[in-house]
Amino acid sequence: MAAYRCKCLGLWFFLYTLLVVDIDADVLHTAQVTDTEYTGADAETVLASDLPNPPQDTGEQTAEQTTEGQQDRQWEATEVQEEHGHDASDHHQAVDPPSFPPAKDDFKEELVIRPLHSGDIYASFQFRTVWDTDFMGEQKVSHYRLFPKSLGQVITKFSVRELHISFTQGYWRTMQWGQPYLPSPPGAELWVWFQDTVTDVDGTWKELTNVLSGIFCASLNFIDSTNTVQPSASFKPLGIGNVTDHSFLRYATLPREIVCTENLTPWKKLLPCGSKAGLSVLLKSEKLFHSTFHSQAVHVRPVCQDPQCRTTSMELRQTLNVVLDLHTSGQGKREWSLFKMFSRTLTEACPLASSSKVYVDITDNPQGEQFELSPATPLLTQAVVLGDRRTYSVYDLTQQATFGPSRSLNTLLRWKSTDGDMLRPLLHSERYVAGYGLQAGEIHTLMYNNHPYRAFPVLLLSTVPWYLRLYIHTLSVTSKGKDNTPSYIHYQPSKDRERPHLLEMLLQLPPNSVTEVTVEFERALLKWTEYTPDPNHGFYVGSSVISALVPSVVAMDTDNTLERPLFSSFFPCKEEASYFMRIYTEPLLVNLPTPDFSMPYNVICLTCTVVAVGYGSLYNLLTRTFQVDEPSPGLAKRIANVVRRMRGVPPL
Amino acid sequence: MAAPLTLLLIVAVTIRAALFRSSLANLISARVEVVSPLNAWKRVVEGLALLDLDISPYSGDVFHETPMVIYLFHFLVDYAEITFMLADCLTAVALYLAVKDYNKQVFRKQKFELEADRYPMDCLELIRSPTEMYYIPLKVAMVYLLNPFTILSCVAKCTCGLNNAVIALFILSTMRGSALLSAIFLALATYQSIYPLTLCVPALLYLLQRLYIPVNVRRSSFWIYTLQYLFMFLGSLFVLVGLSFFLLGSWDFLPAVYGFILSVPDLTPNIGLFWYFFAEMFDHFRLFFLCVFQINVFFYTLPLSIKLKEHPVFLIFMQIALIAIFKSYPTVGDLSLYMAFLPVWNHLYRFLRNIFLVSCVLLACSALFPVLWHLWIYAGSANSNFYYAITLLFSVAQILLVSDYFYAFLRREHHLTNGLYLKKKDGSEATLVLK
Repeated sequence: MAAYRCKCLGLWFFLYTLLVVDIDADVLHTAQVTDTEYTGADAETVLASDLPNPPQDTGEQTAEQTTEGQQDRQWEATEVQEEHGHDASDHHQAVDPPSFPPAKDDFKEELVIRPLHSGDIYASFQFRTVWDTDFMGEQKVSHYRLFPKSLGQVITKFSVRELHISFTQGYWRTMQWGQPYLPSPPGAELWVWFQDTVTDVDGTWKELTNVLSGIFCASLNFIDSTNTVQPSASFKPLGIGNVTDHSFLRYATLPREIVCTENLTPWKKLLPCGSKAGLSVLLKSEKLFHSTFHSQAVHVRPVCQDPQCRTTSMELRQTLNVVLDLHTSGQGKREWSLFKMFSRTLTEACPLASSSKVYVDITDNPQGEQFELSPATPLLTQAVVLGDRRTYSVYDLTQQATFGPSRSLNTLLRWKSTDGDMLRPLLHSERYVAGYGLQAGEIHTLMYNNHPYRAFPVLLLSTVPWYLRLYIHTLSVTSKGKDNTPSYIHYQPSKDRERPHLLEMLLQLPPNSVTEVTVEFERALLKWTEYTPDPNHGFYVGSSVISALVPSVVAMDTDNTLERPLFSSFFPCKEEASYFMRIYTEPLLVNLPTPDFSMPYNVICLTCTVVAVGYGSLYNLLTRTFQVDEPSPGLAKRIANVVRRMRGVPPL
Repeated sequence: MAAPLTLLLIVAVTIRAALFRSSLANLISARVEVVSPLNAWKRVVEGLALLDLDISPYSGDVFHETPMVIYLFHFLVDYAEITFMLADCLTAVALYLAVKDYNKQVFRKQKFELEADRYPMDCLELIRSPTEMYYIPLKVAMVYLLNPFTILSCVAKCTCGLNNAVIALFILSTMRGSALLSAIFLALATYQSIYPLTLCVPALLYLLQRLYIPVNVRRSSFWIYTLQYLFMFLGSLFVLVGLSFFLLGSWDFLPAVYGFILSVPDLTPNIGLFWYFFAEMFDHFRLFFLCVFQINVFFYTLPLSIKLKEHPVFLIFMQIALIAIFKSYPTVGDLSLYMAFLPVWNHLYRFLRNIFLVSCVLLACSALFPVLWHLWIYAGSANSNFYYAITLLFSVAQILLVSDYFYAFLRREHHLTNGLYLKKKDGSEATLVLK
């Protein structure tokens, strides 16, 4: 009993850290913008003394290393200061005229370009609208400015606290591309936290999926109880609010969903500038869908309005990630420009945006030996993203100077060398189905911890449809050849045609190891009407979700030769000791045994015949009695007898 | 007679123990002919694992055993192999003793009839001799224990073996005339799988016959005894269900066990008629045909009881056989129970019409099951129709077997009253037909 309690305690502690770090990571992620925005006039002085210092330090370090030609680079920290002042004045202007409504909204857009060592290129768009309004308040929200009305109404009607929806085509290759800024599984994923005032969560969820299906032109209406689960630990609210009662959470994936233009158009319509100005002019479907990976998402969550978190704002974050292939989109040349990637160039920022920037990841290219970036930009910024300190070149689209004399920005990125390798991701995973035949099988999930000396905890969530009957007693977890007992298991067995299997467990991945989770399943034979129109294509099983607290790369630095004060280096842990990360495994494609679809009438007839044979033979024996057989006379004799009877002669 | 029986038990246990230790055990326990979703050992283990995880085993759709079974194996899971071997031995011994009692009684009745000179003169060759009847109980035990179907079922640890043991004990206690034990075992069998409910009528008929109470609706003694038996039966059934409720703390097991048996949601292939029929059924007819097929199992009880009211033991055999053929999740273990009774009807052999054909079909089908399964599931060169065809043929063969024995039984009874060599009015040899 005591052991069980300890386990529970451990779990709660883990969940708590997960939650905190989750929010932390997110704040870090947008460090450049959010900090300045949330800080009111009071915090200004604090920022002025605190914030610029660390970048300046590193700036000096880099400055020592850089060559003469790059002396003109300057760190963006000062720029941030300016912008912050700008922001504040904006705010004053907004407050001054009394005709403006008190709720203010703000829109920012940015594009991050990360050149990948494989020669591919990763572009990530983020559009963020923050609106200081309370959808759940007494007053009905009816005046919309930047926030899309269609979503606002959905949030109000269905009492949504948080909404995360993503549509993805293609699978993110972690080993080749590193970590994405925003992970998403292939197909469609939807998870929603409802307000705790909702009484019929399942009913609301059903309606919500149907409405979203209409808004995004997707088959979200196929989400029903057979593919919806309530994860107990893996999906915590990303916004503020410490609701942890997971009965208000619903999670569903549609791994088979195909994402195309008809999903992009409604997604673009949610943007304040549509696709007419700003970064969104680059979103042309003919290029976006001619890519190896395409993912678009909408995240709605409540965020703090001020540092004290007295009031909340609604944040809508629209993201679009795309990986363009070296060979299909780049024609094999290791040279990328905005025009080549999107067949458009940038000419202006969205007029409604308070900030509009293009970032290019140049961390691996401090001296410009890997690739050449033109036009060169003097602005640099650093951010800790996914536990790694990265350096970015920044193009600020709100500055006219960015566009140069040609009045358009066409950032060009030309590779100089093909060598150099990516830092191996600390956590990645694989999943496959083992076994042969259509009777049974095994799902194997492999999780790699590539950290040289630190173990870290992961939460594994798998949702398996009911027609693959899992046998939980066959669950085995091994790492380094030894059993690795999960410290927490949440298992919900499936109900036929009602709900899927849900398996969630907390595991500790030992350093530098592969952890293998296997579970056996049995394939069910379905009714002939339950098969998809292409039954022999197979059935999809959605991606498993791995949520982990990964030790950060910054903390992995064990190089003792570095010049560093002695008092700072005794204990190995540092500020960002670990960060939250979520990765998705491959979806599975599983074949099921099929009946013959052309046979229903035949089968009904044949089986009924057999039952009738049984019934008939017993009926015969039950109702009839044995009698001596008097063979009936032949036809000729009978006719003769009739004639004889007419003649009055005795019959034969 | 004890020595051969002991030897038989030792041989049977040795065969099973050897198979348990061999690599075949895993293969056998995955065969769909041997285990069904209702009684697979893998699912029992899954139920136990769910209990260990503090999840109700009935919250999912994998476990469909009764609460008694799961609590039995909660303690016996480490001795499962011994339990199943013991269950088989128990069944064999119970059948042995039951058939021995039955034979004694048949012989006594025959002697009485002979003394009363009730048999026609030419029927002497139909009279059964003690030497011929002497080895029948041992043959019954042997047919049960050495039947490949029983062995497979035991090695797969199919809980069907336990149900067979309960039914065998029910038959034994009925033969011994113990109404209370008979009612308790019948309740246990019913609790395990509903269908043995129909055995209530033959047991009652047998017990009435034993006490010389005529089956007459106008006699109060008949009604008193019937109500007494039914009360004992329903009472013990109620106690069992109530006990399960207290063990589990919820009624979840009712839909998970009985709802599952009656509504057939799991269409995993088996040797029965239900799976493919309901996989191919049109949705709006499903309920109708479900009712028809389930009523079909229970339907034969009444007419058979009327026809065979003088012969309750043959009625038990007919009922067990019909249940095994028409139940929703049949396995070969169910077959082995009624096949064990075939030696009891050895004297009907001369009247069987197509026993050769039926045995060939049964043998051929048994061999073809794994072949066609392999072709469908593993090789992919056949489809479900192939396997379905074999299940159909297997069912037809079983139906012919049972109706053939029924025919032979009725015909022998006819001859015992009307003489063996019938003559036509004109003195020539007559043939007997059903009219």
